[in-house]
Amino acid sequence: MPETLVALYIFVLSCFIGYWVIWGVTPSLHTPLIALTNAISGIVIVGALLVTGLEGVGTTAEIIGFFAVLLASINVFGGFLVTNRMLAMFNKKKR
Amino acid sequence: MEISVNVQAIAYLVSAILFILALKGLTHPASARRGNFLAMAGMAIAIVATLMGSEVRSYGFILAGVAVGGIIGTVIAMRIQMTAMPQLVAALHSFVGMAAVLVAIGTFLNKQADGLLNGVLMGELSAGIIIGAITFSGSVIAFGKLQGMISGRPVKFRGQHLLNALLAIATIGFAVHFALTESTVSLAIMTLLAFVLGFTLIIPIGGADMPVIVSMLNSYSGWAAAATGFTLQNNLLIIVGALVGFSGAILSLIMCRAMNRSIFNVVFGGFGTAAVEGDSAADAAQKGVKSAAIEDAIYWMEDANKVIIIPGYGMAVAQAQHSMKELMEQLEERGVEVKFAIHPVAGRMPGHMNVLLAEADIPYENVVEMDEINPEFATADVVLVVGANDVVNPAAKDDPTSPIYGMPVLDAGKAHHVFVIKRSMRPGYSGVENRLYYQDNTSLVFGDAKDVSEGMVNQLKGSAH
Repeated sequence: MPETLVALYIFVLSCFIGYWVIWGVTPSLHTPLIALTNAISGIVIVGALLVTGLEGVGTTAEIIGFFAVLLASINVFGGFLVTNRMLAMFNKKKR
Repeated sequence: MEISVNVQAIAYLVSAILFILALKGLTHPASARRGNFLAMAGMAIAIVATLMGSEVRSYGFILAGVAVGGIIGTVIAMRIQMTAMPQLVAALHSFVGMAAVLVAIGTFLNKQADGLLNGVLMGELSAGIIIGAITFSGSVIAFGKLQGMISGRPVKFRGQHLLNALLAIATIGFAVHFALTESTVSLAIMTLLAFVLGFTLIIPIGGADMPVIVSMLNSYSGWAAAATGFTLQNNLLIIVGALVGFSGAILSLIMCRAMNRSIFNVVFGGFGTAAVEGDSAADAAQKGVKSAAIEDAIYWMEDANKVIIIPGYGMAVAQAQHSMKELMEQLEERGVEVKFAIHPVAGRMPGHMNVLLAEADIPYENVVEMDEINPEFATADVVLVVGANDVVNPAAKDDPTSPIYGMPVLDAGKAHHVFVIKRSMRPGYSGVENRLYYQDNTSLVFGDAKDVSEGMVNQLKGSAH
């Protein structure tokens, strides 16, 4: 099976997992859900690392990659920390 | 130390599983925080596995990017006000979009230098750039609207749909040309058009539809990551992109259902009136609206068995969540049961009210979703509406001529007494007059949500028995 088709299989099956998992999320946590998925979509940082770190990468690509790493890092750090802050508020000890 | 391709693939699989478990953790507030930590672990594993793989050879720019981005992200996350969460989320979505565009362009340059371009790859690159660019400029506009830098009113002009359709066709046309000919000019024009398209798609959409738009852009940012995964043949990106994409899509669907509108109607409808002047309090009185003083509301609330508070966007604007908490405490001391009723589209993003109430330390057990609380209104002595409007309009239930007919609403009007804190008689976002205000059991307390609720708290403290 060609690689693109394998990728398509993985994509479609992941969509199903996403569908089932997300319906289970409680509505009161929808804002943290958005913040968390936001942080998770910072996974494009993997792509940014591959572009920037390539052996013999051209200067233009390296600079473009640098900015991609920077933006994705803001997402990863900012997204996870703000989600954590929000969830901590939901979990405070009762009076 | 360098790890083999196979070890890296296993690490990515572990990372993907952790992300799925993380989302699963959000099923309940008690397990949610652990979920977030699982996702952090998943991300750390993915990044380390990538850095240790054979493909990454130079680290200078990477370390600089992670350091600068990490510091910026951390500072923002620590400083941001909870009321500004919708803006922050919009800004973060735009970063994912832009990062996806940059990764695609960088990949193009790298592959071109190595002579590894082919039609399928360029098609995938185009998809990544188009989705990423639309996510970026759409999120920038959403940020502007949420931050109040751009008017939150729907911006409508003639030929809008035709313009968007032409832009979309032209963008795809240039993408096809690029994939077939490797023309850098077509790539540039396609990228530019996609940025414009994101802008023209989101600019017509008004403020109260933002819960849908924020969810939709959340979804786009996931699809952008998935498209990047196809380009790089990286399964982790594909899996994560699909998860995030579906998460946003489902949230959009939930929000649309809560407004009884189709996603098509939200995106292309331009709902809401341009500008409606509200009646003054005096005009309102002539129409049969009763106004009440803070004392009147307190009189009924302090002896009640059950009080249900309905917060809306007005509570967020006035930052009144902390005085809500004090009000709740004062009433609970008097043996009153206090609950908060949440409509799914209250506020500017899904779950907006829940976060603000959690910030104010209101236990989540006291915060109840619409379907669960609706049967309870008939047994409530007092309902206090704080900055909510369309979501409590009974016309949605019983007036087929109303523009919001069919939208699920909170049955506030069924309580014995209804007090509505309102700054003026201005209609809600939909521009529809709220029939609740003219009911016999309803009184309006005019004033800012925070001032009025603080006034209530002081009154209760003064009358301690």
